Amino acid sequence: MKIGVLIKQVPDTESKIRIGPDGSDIVREGIKYVMNPYDEYAVEQALQIKEKVGGDSTVTVVSLGPASVGETLRTALAMGADRGVHLKDDLFAGQDALATARALSAALEPEGFDLLFAGKMAIDDNAAAVPTAVAEMLGMPHVNLVFGFTLGDDQRSATVRRRIDGGEEVVECALPALFTCEKGLNEPRYASLTGIMKAKKKPIEEKNAAALGLGPEQVGPDGSGARRTRILPLAERGACKFIDGEPREAVRQLVQLLRGEAKVI
Amino acid sequence: MLHLLNDEERRLQQAAREFADRDIAPQADAMSREGRFPAALLRRAAELGFLGMLVPKELGGQGQGNFALALVLEEINRACASVGVTVSVHNSLATSPILRFGSEALRRKYLPLLARGEQLGAYCLTEPQAGSDAAALVTAAVRDGDTYVLNGTKLFVTTGAEAGLYIVFARTDTAHKTRGITAFVVERASPGVSVGKVEVKLGLRASHTVEILLQDCRVPAANVLGEVGEGFKIAMHTLDGGRIGIATQSLGIAQACLDAAARFALAREQGGEPVARSQIVEQKLAVMATEIEAARLLTYSAARLRDQGQPCAKEASMAKLFASQTCNRAAREALQVHGTYGYLEDFPAERFFRDARVTELYEGTTEIQKMVIARHVLKQYAG
Repeated sequence: MKIGVLIKQVPDTESKIRIGPDGSDIVREGIKYVMNPYDEYAVEQALQIKEKVGGDSTVTVVSLGPASVGETLRTALAMGADRGVHLKDDLFAGQDALATARALSAALEPEGFDLLFAGKMAIDDNAAAVPTAVAEMLGMPHVNLVFGFTLGDDQRSATVRRRIDGGEEVVECALPALFTCEKGLNEPRYASLTGIMKAKKKPIEEKNAAALGLGPEQVGPDGSGARRTRILPLAERGACKFIDGEPREAVRQLVQLLRGEAKVI
Repeated sequence: MLHLLNDEERRLQQAAREFADRDIAPQADAMSREGRFPAALLRRAAELGFLGMLVPKELGGQGQGNFALALVLEEINRACASVGVTVSVHNSLATSPILRFGSEALRRKYLPLLARGEQLGAYCLTEPQAGSDAAALVTAAVRDGDTYVLNGTKLFVTTGAEAGLYIVFARTDTAHKTRGITAFVVERASPGVSVGKVEVKLGLRASHTVEILLQDCRVPAANVLGEVGEGFKIAMHTLDGGRIGIATQSLGIAQACLDAAARFALAREQGGEPVARSQIVEQKLAVMATEIEAARLLTYSAARLRDQGQPCAKEASMAKLFASQTCNRAAREALQVHGTYGYLEDFPAERFFRDARVTELYEGTTEIQKMVIARHVLKQYAG
């Protein structure tokens, strides 16, 4: 089986995010980038299917972004993916989910994947838009928020469980199809040192807009349907107060603070 | 120190950091409190490749050197010094001598087991009357046909209860002191090997330190490492790597101390502002950070020398000396920055303080390190 995984590089959740002076973007310097956590479930699922089906099954990871994305693709290769495709072009800068989906679909179309996995959403913009748009553009069925996946015995269909309000839904889907992955789908492996060493030799193909057959009016701000105008910070949280002293007195102080400052009682 | 690492080294460090933060750190306090040896964590470390760092790839290891091992050990020790010492001893004291001095047959037999973590390794040198004066050991090894019969008691064996393979130093010749010692690979399963007393220690409580009793223990003659009578030389060569290991342990603990102290100082408010704003606390953190950086460079430099096959006894001793003293100072100051909270089990400062103390004692006390260094320094001038 030929399995593809869409991955995105995002800021580490532990990074301190600061808004740039003109409010159009976050400050990118000094940020540590990682694989989008939900994409780890996607990569793991792809690897598990590959291991189960065996034969000449392969896992390809695809990502769109600047040069730094190469590291995240390498991480996926270290986990066990076979090859990477990096969509890289200055023309992609500032584009929205629609343009990104357009570029990804152009790269995925000729590959003929039997199965596509993606994380349910990226933790930087929470858009959850790209995978669904990609499936639509490729004319594939898609199921999102999958937390249980079983490949059909004929390998031409899959039965999945997805979360819905108050319960779960069981969906059967013919392949090829795209599935977005929810937490709990599996336990992502981390790269062993052997995997990390092997990854160095695995191929990562770079493709720019022209190689994808896309002109400047189809990508970037001109190819986008939406434009982000401003980012605003969240309201600040105060530092942690430690309350010392005799238990009776400490409790008195705590109650005072909860009533007067936090205003929760 | 990132600027000194190449891409491969950065990835190794990252992999070790993730293992430390995700798997080890959440359990570290509990393991220490319960005195529980984390067998599952060691299995995980094996799966990820950390127990076979120095073993060649053809024998199932990572084919890495001391520099890469140091990167991995620093991260592990930052999360938990007990797991750190277990992984350190396994790689530097048990695997390394077999790799360097074992016959082809011994290497093929034991290195894959160690690399896969199927057997954990331990090191048996110290005895009741032979600590700093290691050459005074009396455990006897008497030749009988194609075996040796070992009798004696070994003390302070890290991972002694859980290990399947021991490097044992015994006396084959009573006429000569250092040249009468031979190194053996002894399997735990051999008849005559038993685990004696389990020590109750101040720190490193998730690492079990035991007595190993050898009573008419039979070991094949083929299990001699190097030549008969080469044991002391092997012990000293191995300890150079071990000292780099303890230096990196000290770095890990010291870094954990700095992390904890800085975070606490930024969170804790007194007089309406974080105590980190106080110049007194600032100075403590500045000194801590600077000494850690200096210790780090000494340590990795020694590791690099060893990988280049150069003599590194002086540099390894300097690294161990300075890093262990740094980590004890850092632990003391980190506890102090926490104020009385530092005295409680609720905060990690007290575990770092207790764990730090042993780094100036084992694999050569601070005093021994200074002796070793002085000898090398004076040799340069003696002409």
